[in-house]
Amino acid sequence: MAGDLVLSGLTKRFGAFTAVDDLDLTVPRGAFFALLGPSGCGKTTTLRMVAGLEEPTAGSIGLGDDDITGLRPYKRPVNTVFQNYALFPHLDIFENVAFGLRRRGVKEIRRQVEEMLELVELVGYGDRRPAQLSGGQQQRVALARALINRPEVLLLDEPLGALDLKLRRQMQIELKRIQTEVGITFVHVTHDQEEAMTMADTIAVMNAGVIEQRGAPAVLYDLPATTFVANFLGQSNLVAGTILERSGEDLVIDAHGSKQVVPVKRSRVADGEVWVGIRPEKVFLARAGSETDTGANSLRGGVVTDVSYCGVSTQYLARMPWNQELTVFEQNTGARDTFAVGDSVDLHWQPSHTFVLDARQDATAGVEAEETG
Amino acid sequence: MTALSQLGGPPAAVTEKPGRRFTAYLLLLPGGLWLALFFVVPLVSLLSASLYDPSGTVETGYAVTGHWQNYVDALQDYARPFGRSMWYALLTTAFCLLLGYPLAYAIAFKSGRWKNLMLALVIAPFFTSFLVRTLSWKLLLGDNGVVVDTLKWLHILGPDGRLLATTTAVVTGLTYNFLPFMVLPLYASLEKIDHRLIEAGGDLFAGPVTTFRTVTLPLSMPGVVAGTLLTFIPAAGDYINAELLGTPQQRMIGNDIQNLFAAGAHPTAAALSVTLMATIVVLVLFYVRRVGTEDLL
Ligand SMILES: Nc1ncnc2c1ncn2[C@@H]1O[C@H](COP(=O)(O)OP(=O)(O)O)[C@@H](O)[C@H]1O
Ligand SMILES: [Mg+2]
Repeated sequence: MAGDLVLSGLTKRFGAFTAVDDLDLTVPRGAFFALLGPSGCGKTTTLRMVAGLEEPTAGSIGLGDDDITGLRPYKRPVNTVFQNYALFPHLDIFENVAFGLRRRGVKEIRRQVEEMLELVELVGYGDRRPAQLSGGQQQRVALARALINRPEVLLLDEPLGALDLKLRRQMQIELKRIQTEVGITFVHVTHDQEEAMTMADTIAVMNAGVIEQRGAPAVLYDLPATTFVANFLGQSNLVAGTILERSGEDLVIDAHGSKQVVPVKRSRVADGEVWVGIRPEKVFLARAGSETDTGANSLRGGVVTDVSYCGVSTQYLARMPWNQELTVFEQNTGARDTFAVGDSVDLHWQPSHTFVLDARQDATAGVEAEETG
Repeated sequence: MTALSQLGGPPAAVTEKPGRRFTAYLLLLPGGLWLALFFVVPLVSLLSASLYDPSGTVETGYAVTGHWQNYVDALQDYARPFGRSMWYALLTTAFCLLLGYPLAYAIAFKSGRWKNLMLALVIAPFFTSFLVRTLSWKLLLGDNGVVVDTLKWLHILGPDGRLLATTTAVVTGLTYNFLPFMVLPLYASLEKIDHRLIEAGGDLFAGPVTTFRTVTLPLSMPGVVAGTLLTFIPAAGDYINAELLGTPQQRMIGNDIQNLFAAGAHPTAAALSVTLMATIVVLVLFYVRRVGTEDLL
C-alpha cells in the first residue's frame, strides 16, 4: 500500500556477529508500530538502517513506491528521536527545533516552530539551552525537532527510556495523543512490554535479530506464537504435554496424567510433544478435589508455596506433583476463596484460553530478558 | 558521613564547612607560594624596572624616578618590530589553524586504531629541545640544502633565490614549532563531540558539509579558541625563530628585548616587555569576548 515502510530480507552483520537476521516487516502508513525486544536484540540497528545511519549487509528498505536502501540519511523522508535525544548543545531550543526546516530552506520558520513547541507544551522555552531543561522536556524537544519536518516515518529509539516511571507513563499518553494528532507513521523501539502494549496498535516482538511474532497487542497476548513471546509479553505457565488425538475442532493433550482440551486453531503443532500454555490470570484456584465447570481444563494436586497480596489481585505460586511451580493471579473481588501457604489446591481454566506451543522451544526463553532491558 | 552526622548532634553544615575551607587553602598553598615567588615578585620588579631612570647603568644602579617617558621612547623606537611580531604571530596562528584543524579532525574521527600512534607523533617533537629543532630547520632551509635545491629544480625558486633568512623561513619555523599547541586542544574538543550529534545533523537533512559547518565546527570552538591562544601568545613573544632563521629585517620584539637586556638597557627592555604583555592581554580579552566562548568553554 502507498506509504508503507517495507523491510525485506534486511540483514546486518558486524564481523561474524549477526545483529539483524533476514528481517521481513511491513509497517502500514499511519500506524503506531512498536518494535519490542530485550536489550541487544537488534532494535537500534534496525532503526539505524531505516534512518540510513547504518548500511545493511543485505536486504532492502522500501518506503511507498521508493527503494530507499541506498539513500543518504539526509535525503530520506525519515526522522529520528535518538535514544538519548542528541540535542544540539550549542543551539537554543528554538534553533534545535528549526534545524531541519533551515536545512531545507523552508519559509515561515518562526510560526512552525512555535506551533510545534505548542504541540509538545514547551511554549516560552525557545531561548533556553538543552542543558537547562529537565529530561522530560528534552525528550519533548527531541520529538518536536523530528516531527516539525513532517517525515513519512518517525523513528523513536527508546524515547522514554531515560525518564522515571511516573513521567514515562505521562509521556506515553502524550506521545499517543501526538501521533493521533499528526497521523505520521511512528516506529517506536522499546524493551518495555507494557509500554509497547499500551501505546502501539501493532507490535513486532524481536529476539536475537529476528521477528518472533507481529500483531495487535491483544492478539499477541492472547495467542503467543513462541515461548519467547509467551514469556516476554506478560507471563505464562508452560506445562509439558503430549498430543494424544484430534477430536473434531479440538486437540486432546495429556499433561502429567490429566487430559487437556485445546481448540485446534490455538495450537502451533499438530502432534507430538508440546507446551500447554496458560496465562496466570486466566487460571482459577480451587480447594483440592472440588467440582469443576464442565469442559474446563484442570491440573490437580498443587500445594500453595507463596502468596503475594498486590491490592487488586493476589499472586499465588502452586507447586505441582511434578515439581513445577505455576503462577496464578486471583482478582480480589471478595467473591473468591483465599488460600494460605500449604493449602492443597487444584487449577482450572477454560480451553479457549489455552495455547499450545512447540516443545522444542525453550520454556524459559524471554523470562529474564525483560529484567535486563 | 553527612547522613550520620545529621542523625545526632549539630547540623552537618556547621561542623564541616570550616574544615573543608581549610583543606582548600592548604591545597592552594604550594602553588600560591610558587606563583608569588616566581611570578608576582618578578612582575613587580619588571614593572618597577620599566620606570627606572635610563641614565643609570647596571653597575651604578638606577634611580627609581617613575620615568614614564621610557614607554614613549620604547614605542617610538621599536614600533616596527613590535608590529612585525604581531603580524608574524597572526600568520603563524592562521597557518597552524589551517594545518592543524584537518589533522586534529583526522586523528579524532578517521584514525581508528592508529589514533594513539598519531597523537604520539604530534607530541614527538617535544622529545627534542626547541632550540635544537629550530637549528635543524636552519640546516634544512640552508642555501645548499635539499629543500632549496628541489625548489630551484622545480623553478619555484629563482637561481639565486633562498629560503633561509627570509620572512617565509621565520613564519615556517614558528608554524612548525607551535603546531602541536594548536593540534592538541583541537583534538581534545573534537574528540569530545558526541558522534550522535553528527548523525542527528545528517538525520535532519544536513549534508556532510552543512553538518560540519552547523554542528562540528561550532562544537569544536573551545578547541579553536584554546589552540589559537596557545599559538598566538608564545609566537608573539618568540625570538629564537627570528634569531636563527631570519635576519635583522625579520627582527621580532623578543629579539630587541633580549638585545636590550644583554646591553644593560634594563628600563627600555622592561618597558617593552610590559607593553608586549599588556597588548597580548588586551587582544586576548577582546578576542575571547568576540568569539563569545564564555558559555562554550
Ligand atoms: N557498530 C557495532 N559494532 C559491533 N557490534 C554492534 C554494533 N552495533 C551494535 N552491535 C551489536 O549488535 C547487537 C544489537 O545491538 P542493538 O541494535 O543496539 O540492540 P538493541 O537496540 O536491541 O538493544 C548487540 O549485540 C550489539 O553489541
Ligand atoms: Mg538500543
